[in-house]
Amino acid sequence: MAAVMPLMTRIPAPPPAASRLLLSGNEAVARAVWESGVRVAAAYPGTPATEIIESLARYPDLHTEWSVNEKVSMEVALGASITGARAFCAMKHVGLNVASDCLMTMTITGANGGLVIAVADDVGMSSSQNEQDSRYWGRFAHIPVLEPADSQEAYEMTKFAFALSEQYETPVLLRLTTRICHVKALVTVGEREAHEPAGFVKNPQRWVMVPAHAKQRIPNLFKRDDTLREVSEASPFNVLEAGSDRRVGFVASGPAYMHVKEAFPDAPVLKLGFSYPWPPEKVRALAAMCDTLLVVEETEQLLETEIKAAGIACHGKDVLPRIGELSPQVLLPAVDQLLGKAVPPPAVADAPLKVFPRPPTLCASCPHMGIYYTLSQIKNIIVSGDIGCYTLGAGHPWNALDTTICMGATMGVALGMDKGRGEVDKNKRILAVIGDSTFMHMGMQGLLNITYNQGNVTVLLLDNNTTGMTGGQATPASGKDIHGNAAPRVHLEKIVEALGVPPERIKVVDPYELPVLFKAVRDEIKTEGPSVIIGRRPCVLTEEFKPFRPYLVIEDKCTGCGNCIDVGCPAIHVTRRDRVVKPSGREVDLAFVNIDNQACTGCGLCVQPCAPDAIQHVARHDIPIHIVKS
Amino acid sequence: MSADQITNILVCGIGGQGVMTATEILAEAAIAEGHDVKKTEVAGMAQRGGVVTSHLRFGPKVLSPQIEPGTVQVLLGFEGAEALRWSHYLRPDGLALVNNARLVPPVVELGLFDYPEDPAGQMRAAGRRVVSFDALSIARDLGEIRLGNTVMLGAIADYLPFAPDVLQNCIDQRFARKGATVVEANRRAFAAGREAVATQLGTSATPA
Repeated sequence: MAAVMPLMTRIPAPPPAASRLLLSGNEAVARAVWESGVRVAAAYPGTPATEIIESLARYPDLHTEWSVNEKVSMEVALGASITGARAFCAMKHVGLNVASDCLMTMTITGANGGLVIAVADDVGMSSSQNEQDSRYWGRFAHIPVLEPADSQEAYEMTKFAFALSEQYETPVLLRLTTRICHVKALVTVGEREAHEPAGFVKNPQRWVMVPAHAKQRIPNLFKRDDTLREVSEASPFNVLEAGSDRRVGFVASGPAYMHVKEAFPDAPVLKLGFSYPWPPEKVRALAAMCDTLLVVEETEQLLETEIKAAGIACHGKDVLPRIGELSPQVLLPAVDQLLGKAVPPPAVADAPLKVFPRPPTLCASCPHMGIYYTLSQIKNIIVSGDIGCYTLGAGHPWNALDTTICMGATMGVALGMDKGRGEVDKNKRILAVIGDSTFMHMGMQGLLNITYNQGNVTVLLLDNNTTGMTGGQATPASGKDIHGNAAPRVHLEKIVEALGVPPERIKVVDPYELPVLFKAVRDEIKTEGPSVIIGRRPCVLTEEFKPFRPYLVIEDKCTGCGNCIDVGCPAIHVTRRDRVVKPSGREVDLAFVNIDNQACTGCGLCVQPCAPDAIQHVARHDIPIHIVKS
Repeated sequence: MSADQITNILVCGIGGQGVMTATEILAEAAIAEGHDVKKTEVAGMAQRGGVVTSHLRFGPKVLSPQIEPGTVQVLLGFEGAEALRWSHYLRPDGLALVNNARLVPPVVELGLFDYPEDPAGQMRAAGRRVVSFDALSIARDLGEIRLGNTVMLGAIADYLPFAPDVLQNCIDQRFARKGATVVEANRRAFAAGREAVATQLGTSATPA
């Protein structure tokens, strides 16, 4: 095992109690988890929840880890809870889909040490493949749901969640959204309290979930729902604010509450913090004091349906949008509509001016560029994709991914395409692309399935030695743990071979070496049977990446062919466009370029397709240097 | 809560430009002045060269963290086209302080879209109050392009509801660890940013 320098050799002491800190919701949850005496905290990175465990890793006296996926993180937390330790796991909304198999049975065993699951919904879909509403899990799994509305509440509710979990032996779901996770606000913090585990007690009727045992315990879930409904009814997190303008009363939770208060400061509001089970008597009390009840909830029509089912008349999604984030400017016309007022059209000054789109793109020198440039040059292929930075390969200029569904789906989808395709697709080659972290998260089974079922798929395993899209977290193949300390390093070639890929069909290539990569892909897709090409280069945003000498374009030599632009590097810029008529009479568009040598890190990808040899290294004395040294 | 008591500042740019850090320093200054503060952005894919906006709201008590269109007092644009993209967030009397940087994305280089000729001019034509300057050149003249972000903070310093030295102090604290040379360089950049805006508006930047 290679010695790796620890990243965080100096862990600063946590700020003392009573400090008022500017914390994101994620940082506030982390602080509260630490203060609650938690011993084990686990997660797989996922936006917008990633920073919870990242912040926790900086606190002393607890085990934090990057688990290989969300299901494992939940199982780790459950195991700790079974011994009586307080335990925590965090994930994004789609992560809870992965972990749900554990959740749906762990709700039956219940918690021993306080067990809290933070789940962060990407309302508005800034970086996710769907927009789903995690509040459903409370109903599905019969567990309480807490919904903070800002960082201070995220902190307070997290602490409350551990006590609630222990008192009622239930896992507790802390439901966050992007506007909690990624909003920084002032939080008054406290001190860590010791919480010594009560110890493991052998009890197969509780912990061994065979049918006979589970049957005995399932009635507890329904009893627990009823008990928790009473707790919710009395909870100080469910506050009825009487207001003075009683025309419309609001039920709101999470960020929606803040929008309601901003738009209608004088209206009666039932703020739900303990949002499942919700308190029916408090809702009735609100309904009784106002003319009209409006349920303000982001995404699904969940609470509204349940309130109506309880026989309480209310409005909700008849006037409010079902997708995306809410805001005061969304709420104001909706309430005007409810009150029968004319809704004025939006002010012209507020209309956005038209500007080109700026989608996220691969970084200069990103090794994925070599892969996607290569794939874009090969005809008659179908490329199944996955979740990560490399999903950007679906965009311009490569247009090199044909599917993206969920973590690890690429190889299952590819095998299904291989087995399902008819005459019309029989001459196409099927490839599957997946990143190293996604491969270890949920991809290995898909590859095993291909080899076992004798699929004809070429897998491109993009090994950049990190979890790139979420900001460069360590993986089991990066040889580092969450703290940056050395950890056992697994070898992807060995895993791939163990999963049944013949050794002669496993190739490791440098994605910067385009001819070698191109040949490897051509050779493998022509040959029957499964194969894996590992493209190995570190992510440019990690410390493993060492920049090379930047390149420049020799202006006189550039012929405007535009081949280099097709590589897709953001450091290449067009300086001049032209249109010429070839001797054949064909019109050709030319684009003359230069390279931004502040951004170029010298990977050389653009050099290779440049026919006139116009891209050359910057002279050493022209390499940009920084004068103020830190 | 009267809307007038809340200051809305929108900082926009591109992933990697330092938009979030600049907003964090502005937030620290507002806290130092005793304000309640909320700061938010969507940064999921931002470091991949995508659009970044950072919303800063402060005042006696801040509720909703997001700034809404038509309510921004000061728009601090780290890039021309990005300032144009978000200019509808300005109040009619709002002020846009725009770095002239042109960061052209691959979709434009590929010929799929056009980059606007003169983003600041287009904003002015739409009736916006705009001050544009070249933060990178100013930083380069000071001998260090990385000072560009401090130039940007200097640019906004005279348009906050508190004295410029509050912000100056927060910047000093950020760089104190790195030594007196770096602190001094940042002070010069801060002053140059203030000066660049004051010159154009015909006001004068009083010493911080």
